[in-house]
Amino acid sequence: MSDNPRKFKGGVHPEDSKALSASKPVQTAPLLGKYTVIVHQNIGAPPEIVVKKGDLVKKGQLLAKASGFVSVPLHAPTSGTVTAIEKSPGPACVSVPSIEITADGKDEWGSPFEPIADWRNTDPAVLKQRVVDAGIVGMGGAGFPSHVKLSPTKPVDTLILNGAECEPYLTADHRLMLEQTEDVLLGAAILARILGLKTAVIGVEANKPDAISKLNAFASKYSVTVQKLRVNYPQGAEKQLIYALTGREVPIGGLPMDVGCVVQNVASAVAVVEAVVKGIPSIERITTVTGEPLVNPGNWRFRIGTPISKALELAGGVKYQPAKLLLGGPMMGFAQNSLDVTVMKNTSGILLIPVEQVSQYTSEPCIRCGRCVEACPMDILPATISQAVENERFDWAEQLNVAACIECGSCSYVCPSHRPLNQHFKRAKAEILAARRKQQKK
Amino acid sequence: MPDATKLVISNSPHIRGGETISKIMVQVFIALMPAALAAVWFFGLAALEVMVLCTVGCMAVEVLWNKAAGRSSDSWKDGSAALTGLLLAMNLSAGAPWWICILGSLLAIGLGKQLFGGLGYNPFNPALVARVALLIGFPQLMTTWVKPAPGQWLAYDALTGATPLAATGKELASIQDLFIGNVGGCLGETSALALLIGGAFLLVRRLIKWHVPASFIGTVALITGLAHHFNPELTPPALYHVLAGGLMIGAFFMATDMVTSPMTANGALIFGCGCGIITSVIRIWGGYPEGVSFSILFMNALTPLIDRYTIGKPFGYIRIKKEAAQ
Repeated sequence: MSDNPRKFKGGVHPEDSKALSASKPVQTAPLLGKYTVIVHQNIGAPPEIVVKKGDLVKKGQLLAKASGFVSVPLHAPTSGTVTAIEKSPGPACVSVPSIEITADGKDEWGSPFEPIADWRNTDPAVLKQRVVDAGIVGMGGAGFPSHVKLSPTKPVDTLILNGAECEPYLTADHRLMLEQTEDVLLGAAILARILGLKTAVIGVEANKPDAISKLNAFASKYSVTVQKLRVNYPQGAEKQLIYALTGREVPIGGLPMDVGCVVQNVASAVAVVEAVVKGIPSIERITTVTGEPLVNPGNWRFRIGTPISKALELAGGVKYQPAKLLLGGPMMGFAQNSLDVTVMKNTSGILLIPVEQVSQYTSEPCIRCGRCVEACPMDILPATISQAVENERFDWAEQLNVAACIECGSCSYVCPSHRPLNQHFKRAKAEILAARRKQQKK
Repeated sequence: MPDATKLVISNSPHIRGGETISKIMVQVFIALMPAALAAVWFFGLAALEVMVLCTVGCMAVEVLWNKAAGRSSDSWKDGSAALTGLLLAMNLSAGAPWWICILGSLLAIGLGKQLFGGLGYNPFNPALVARVALLIGFPQLMTTWVKPAPGQWLAYDALTGATPLAATGKELASIQDLFIGNVGGCLGETSALALLIGGAFLLVRRLIKWHVPASFIGTVALITGLAHHFNPELTPPALYHVLAGGLMIGAFFMATDMVTSPMTANGALIFGCGCGIITSVIRIWGGYPEGVSFSILFMNALTPLIDRYTIGKPFGYIRIKKEAAQ
């Protein structure tokens, strides 16, 4: 693979603001008295709760089992008692079913899995089953069940580890690659074995040179190639990453396997290592807690179910009132209205945005400057689609391939008229889907 | 701890690039400064007067029209009206009387822009709408140019006849004069040098795409060059055509108007070539010596159509078709 990967079309260059937390080593958050585990943490079907109020659970014990192929199980973050199964604040500003666990302070393992030390000689099917059982999802933000990607129905020849971390502010993957370099590579090797491949490639944006050189130092031991990527948001978007590394275009509405690729986030790869080699299910993750309003931004290893308020407390609290609280990065993250939402498997960042950066805009008329067209990595016409949506012409939006939109927000980022382009596309997609469902019913 | 009740909920992205309409307008304004200064140098303070009248006039019409229409009247702050005013001035002679400037402002902002709904909704370049309307209404006034008097602030002398483009045979201005701007014409079209500096600024700041000026000027050079090659009597050489008249300001500042030109790169190329063809045809065979304004307005009308037929295929589209074919 060349030193200079392909440049995908478009993209933007927001201020990366990673310096706030990039040099802060990962700290392990102390054990809390109470965890609230949100039940539906993955794309696909929510898992089925298997515990009831009053149950005693051990750390790692199953709380909810997968309810289908595209679903993942959920495990207890610590030992204690199930004190409530009820609705609590969720990541989309509505309350969602959660399991509250009051810790007994012993943090005793229920160790559901046997470690598989000799994974090199273990049947790939057994390894894959372990990924299924451990409840691993795409930890970069998507929350897509990892095992689904490991069960391609088409021939696959390339395994890509996503270490781009192109979202501004986030440094969790950066720290992970730096501090658990060999785990990342080992994860790649295990994933490759599951897929029947010999090698893997890991893509890292060029703004993390220390991580790249450290990965390079160990890469050959695990038959992994490290590829430096251009700094260009959304470099870590699956389709753009695949194009940059292989030159292949994932068809609209298609999956990476349609072009022979499987992409896994680096944190998910480490979760696979934990599950296979140590027998530990997915109950914790590294999250960047950052933003200018925080006293002490940094990276922490949180158990799933840790309330955001606790995370902010660890970061020293705030110097001043932020305008927004986000889960994820500033380009694609979700705004929150409660500090009681808890860390989930896909919570890559907890971000406070100061008011200067989100000063509220009034949307002005489109002046057809074409900046959105230039910025769009999917090569669609954001301004034109947005007009179609304003005129409630969703059929027109569909013709203009709104379905190809990956909602990266690059168009809204560059728009001088501050038009709500991304919102328009989300609405168009929802309306098109609703219309299609209605048609099917008829 | 932050106060959760004060947190703003809105859709991603949560940060913005900081570009605004007024920043764009101000930069285009700056890009016009070399040409504006050149106009004052060659035509004296009378040029400045026309520019001030048109700029203030357009801003005033913007405010008053919005008031009369019951719309928010602060849209003049975005700078687009002022820019239209300066562009209008660039299309007038230094000898234009005050009422032409005011009438032009009314035509540009009123007829060209507000009648269609304001910024972003106008199909035609407002400054050109005004220029062409004035040209049709007052042909004599609009084609009487001031003779350049470099560096003489107060002297002006509204005598010379038509633009260098109307000249034939021996009267042809020298290429050097055309390049520097030492010829009769509107304020903004005479100095190719000043316009090129401004155009380079626009390109470097990525305020315009290269596609429009390159294809526009290229097409004019090609057609007039061929015409001159086969019949030197018919028309002056290509370089003369490129430097004379409104081509430079048209290609860099008028045809590139964002609102009224196509959004895609391919669309911009088609748009520029269309402008070039129409300009050349009018200049060589048409009844007017100059065709830049007409060509741009005509292509403005075609912009929605060009936009419709130049929609590209999105990322990941080709493969679907290939697979379907298999």
